This record gives sequence, C-alpha cells and structure tokens, in this order.
Amino acid sequence: MIGPEMTTKIVARRANKIFPSVAGPVTAIRDFDLEVAEGEFVCIVGPSGCGKSTFLRILAELETLTSGEVRILPGADPSKPLNNVVFQEYAIFPWKTVIDNVAFGLQMRGASKKERYATADEWLGRVGLRKFAHYYPSQLSGGMKQRVSIARALANDPEVLLMDEPLGALDAQTRAVLQEELLRIWEASRKTVVYITHSIEEAVLLGDRVVIMTAHPGTNKAAFEVDLPRPRTIKTSSTAAFAELSGAIWEALQDEVRRAMASQL
Amino acid sequence: MKRSVRVEASGQSGSVQELWLLVLALIVIDVAATILGLWKGFWWAILFVDFVLIVMLAERLEGRIALRHQESYKRVLALGFPLLLLVSWELIVGAEILSPRWFPPPSRIATALWDLTVTFDRFNETSLLGRPWLIPSRLSSEGLPGVWALFQESHLWATLSRVLMGFFLGALPGVLLGMVMGLNRTVRMMLDATMSAVYVLPKIAIFPILMLIFPNPFGEGPKVTVVAISAFFLVAISTMAGVRGIDPVYLQAGRNYGANRLQMFRHVILPGALPIIFSGLRLALGTALIVIVAVEFVRAQTGVGFLVFYHWQILVTEKMYAGLFVVMLLGVLLTYALQLIERRVMPWSE
Ligand SMILES: Nc1ncnc2c1ncn2[C@@H]1O[C@H](COP(=O)(O)OP(=O)(O)OP(=O)(O)O)[C@@H](O)[C@H]1O
Ligand SMILES: [Mg+2]
Repeated sequence: MIGPEMTTKIVARRANKIFPSVAGPVTAIRDFDLEVAEGEFVCIVGPSGCGKSTFLRILAELETLTSGEVRILPGADPSKPLNNVVFQEYAIFPWKTVIDNVAFGLQMRGASKKERYATADEWLGRVGLRKFAHYYPSQLSGGMKQRVSIARALANDPEVLLMDEPLGALDAQTRAVLQEELLRIWEASRKTVVYITHSIEEAVLLGDRVVIMTAHPGTNKAAFEVDLPRPRTIKTSSTAAFAELSGAIWEALQDEVRRAMASQL
Repeated sequence: MKRSVRVEASGQSGSVQELWLLVLALIVIDVAATILGLWKGFWWAILFVDFVLIVMLAERLEGRIALRHQESYKRVLALGFPLLLLVSWELIVGAEILSPRWFPPPSRIATALWDLTVTFDRFNETSLLGRPWLIPSRLSSEGLPGVWALFQESHLWATLSRVLMGFFLGALPGVLLGMVMGLNRTVRMMLDATMSAVYVLPKIAIFPILMLIFPNPFGEGPKVTVVAISAFFLVAISTMAGVRGIDPVYLQAGRNYGANRLQMFRHVILPGALPIIFSGLRLALGTALIVIVAVEFVRAQTGVGFLVFYHWQILVTEKMYAGLFVVMLLGVLLTYALQLIERRVMPWSE
C-alpha cells in the first residue's frame, strides 16, 4: 500500500488496550495494526464501541497503551506539534472567544499575540468565520463550533491531524457543507489525517483509504483503497465507482455491525 | 389562559374595550368595598382581587407596547409592584385596619430613616451613615483622622466593614483550599467528609467559642471571624465542585494543545470552575449578611443589626423597620456589586 517513495508517518503494531474495571478487564482493542503514509487521509470505520476513539486517544497520548507499539514519527521540524485532535464533542473552550480558541495552540507554544492572531485570522477566513472572531462559542451554531474546532487544530499546524467523528453531531445539510470544506482545505494542505467516522459514504468521499475494524474488541477486519480522482466534491458521491466501493465496504462491515448489536442485547 | 394564548398567537393584545373593562372592574370593586365597609374584615381578599386584575391588565397591555419600550415596561413592573405595596400599606394602616404600632406606615418609616440619618446619638456616639456631610469640614479641621472618626461612628460602616472583611478573609482561602481539593485526590479524600460535616453546622453556633478565643471577646475579632468561617466553607465546597465539574474533554484539549501545568490552571481549570465559584460567592455573601446581623443582635454596640434590635427593645418600631430597610438595601447593593464583578470576570456567560 505504501510505496517505497513515501515516508511512513504513523505506525501501530499489535496494539492492545485493556481497561481494568470492576467487572474484570475489558479489552478495547486487540492486536491492531495500522500504517499511515505522510500526506495520507485514512478513515477508520467500525461498529459502535469497537475501540476507535480509544485508538485515536492512544495516538494522541491521552491514553496509554497496554502492549504493542503506537508511534507518530516526528518530521523535519522538531518545533511542530506531533498531533492535534478535533474532538467529537467540539471541546472548544466556552470561556474563550472564537479567535482565542483558534489561537490556543500557538499561545500555549509561546507565540506572540500578534503572530498567533495573524495565523488564527487566516484560518478563520478559510473556514468562513472571520466575522465571528470575537464571538463566544455560546453564540454560535453547532456547525460553526465544529468549524472553530477544526480551525483550532489546523492553525496549530500539527504533523498529524486526528479527527474523531467531527461531523457526527451535525444535521445532514451542515455536514455536507463541512465535508466539502474539509475536502477543499485538505486538498490544499495534504496533511496526514486519521479520521474516524460512522458513515461509509463520508469515509469514501474524504479518504485515500478506509480501514475497517471488527466489533468489540477492535482489530483489523479489512482495508479499501479509494482511488476516486481528486479534487472531489459532493458530486463525487453520485458516481458509479463511489456507489460500488461503498457497497463493497458495507458488505465487509455489516457482519461486524450485526455482531456488535447482538452482543449489546 | 385561553385568552393569553390567543393574544400571543395573533401577536395582538387585548382590545381597548377589554382594557377599559378591567380598569372599570378595578375601580368598581374598590369603591364598592369602601361603601359597603368591607375593607376592615376583608382587606387581604380585596387586595388579592386587585392584584389579579392588575396582572390581567398588564398582560394585555404588554402586547400594545412597542418593542423599544419593552425594557422600560419591565422596569415599571418591577418598581411599580413594591410602590403599590407601599401605598396599600400606607392606606390600610392609615385607616387603622392594621395597628400602626406594629406596622408603622411607610411614610413614618421614611421619616424615621431620615431621623436616624441626620441625628448623632450623643450617648453611644454613633449615627447611621456617619454624617457624610461633615466630611469636608472635618477634613480641613482634623485631616484624615477626623474623617476616619466619622466612619467609626457609622452603624452602616460597622456592618459593611465586618461583612466585607469577613467575606474576603473567608472567601480567598476558601477558593484556594477548594482548588487544592478539586485538583488533588488525596487531599480531597482526606478532607471531604470533614468539610461536609462542618459545612452543615450553623456557624453562628461557634460564636461563643470565638468570643472565648479572642483576647477582647466584645471586639471586632470574633464578629469578623464568624463571618469569615461561614464564607470559607461555602466557597471552598463550591470551588471544589466547580473544579471537579469541568468536563474532562476540556482538560484533554488543554493537554493535547500543549498546555503546561500553569497554563492548564490559567486557561482551563480556573475559567472552567468560575461559574460555580461565583455561585458559591453569591451564597457566601448572603450568608455573611445573615450571620453578621444575627451577631449584632446579641453582641454589638454598633451595626445595623444592633440598631434594629435596640429599637425593638425600646419599642420604637418605625426605627426598627428603618434598620431592616437599610439591611435590605445593603444586601441588594452588595449582590449587585458582585454581579458587576462577575460580568467583568466572565464576559462569556451572558
Ligand atoms: N475509560 C474506560 N474504562 C473502561 N472501559 C472503557 C473506557 N473507555 C472505553 N472503554 C471501553 O472500550 C470499548 C471501546 O470504546 P471506544 O470509546 O473506543 O469505542 P468507539 O469505537 O469509539 O465507539 P463509538 O463509535 O460509539 O464512539 C468500549 O467497550 C468501552 O466500553
Ligand atoms: Mg468514539
């Protein structure tokens, strides 16, 4: 999958995560393998509770690994942060204005006010929120909040962008608009992305590769290359190739979803 | 109910006839009650009916008021009600339906308040406000010590300084301890049960012990301390709750974006806990006022609480009410000041 000319950015080998709990240890992910090349957009799809968020949080070093290896390889510039997360629940700070939220990562790294505001302003322009720079999050809609969250991650310019169902809580129209925005932004920057989603269509539309996880405990089930041409738009999702690939992925995923649902009963 | 639904649905208010009908009903009921001599026995029932009619009237009036006047309309309602209350009180006591001895009419209370303000009690060497109009002449004759002496004779200043000093002396360490308890699991596990137990103890109950501890049991020490202790526990417990209540996803976001410990505290934990800290401060301020008035009832020669209790003892009820009014005013002003600070410190919570 990864050609010799591409550098590897993320490696996960036989990653295991076991949560201790009162009812006994819970294996969240078992022997999960993943390799992501620099500049690749990888989507992870899997039934609810299979350990996708756990894996992402391990990547972000917000959770420790029980055994195995998970690593993000540093780039040429050591001052660049390794990863930033776009959280499923937005997680933008209600007590900071939009621009201060977007500038947060830079501020933590000691950038001057002028410098960080210039960068934040640029990103606000790119996600169409320049007018709302001095608003507080409580004055924004859900879609706008998620855009702030995405801009906060991108303004920090990390080696790897980790996104956990960023559009999961949005309505269908807002989601479609944001998917196009993400495509546009990503195709301009070609950042390495690990993107978790519940939606097969979203994964095929955005990703270079779709990785499918098994039901709890999560491990590798299958992976699909998405060789739809770029730049893509929402129209891409009405092509025959798109439908065929989505169907094939659903074929592989549905057993796992059934298994996950059966175990929840 | 049905009517108000219709009013809202059509975006229209009651018709003009309806308004006039209500005004008419109001007048007819009150005049009839007067003619039939019903006020004496049924003043409370008549006032209740009046109140209901006025509410109905105001509801129908609201829709007819232009949007830009809505704010003033709200203010008229908020100020109009207590005004009506005072007028009814005045009239009912004036007609000797209620005894002026126990319910002195507002006009006499106002006179008493004025009396208290302008007179200097030569025996106790006190006055209500400390005669602020003397400040310029004292300043020129005796300088700042003279002005300070004026402050010293003021009952209002005595209460205010006890409340403020006790509040700050209690709230600041309260916030600090609450932070530590919120952030450190071990400290929390050790202190939580004890704090919760002391928290429910009425702090006024430890006042006698405080009097024993301090070299001058009748001085300011025990009074300020009892206020401080009351504020301390309230603020510590709510600060801890505020820190514990921060959504963990914000802490994770802080970490993920590279915040160090100090930045974490400054940019995530402190602002995240502020709303609950402030609700604790509001409670503590109210409690501080209650505690200080209670203490002044029993053990003080100065303070607004003393003034109320003293005039109860000598049965000058209008001055007692005047004292209560000052306590109320103090509470309102202090709460308002805290609100202003809150809005400054937390501009995001509109
Ligand atoms: N802190 C924890 N302690 C114990 N068990 C946990 C913890 N976090 C997650 N788990 C368990 O690990 C498993 C995977 O959880 P995870 O949140 O990673 O799933 P997910 O794939 O992200 O699900 P969803 O798609 O619903 O978000 C679940 O069975 C969950 O109960
Ligand atoms: Mg998840």
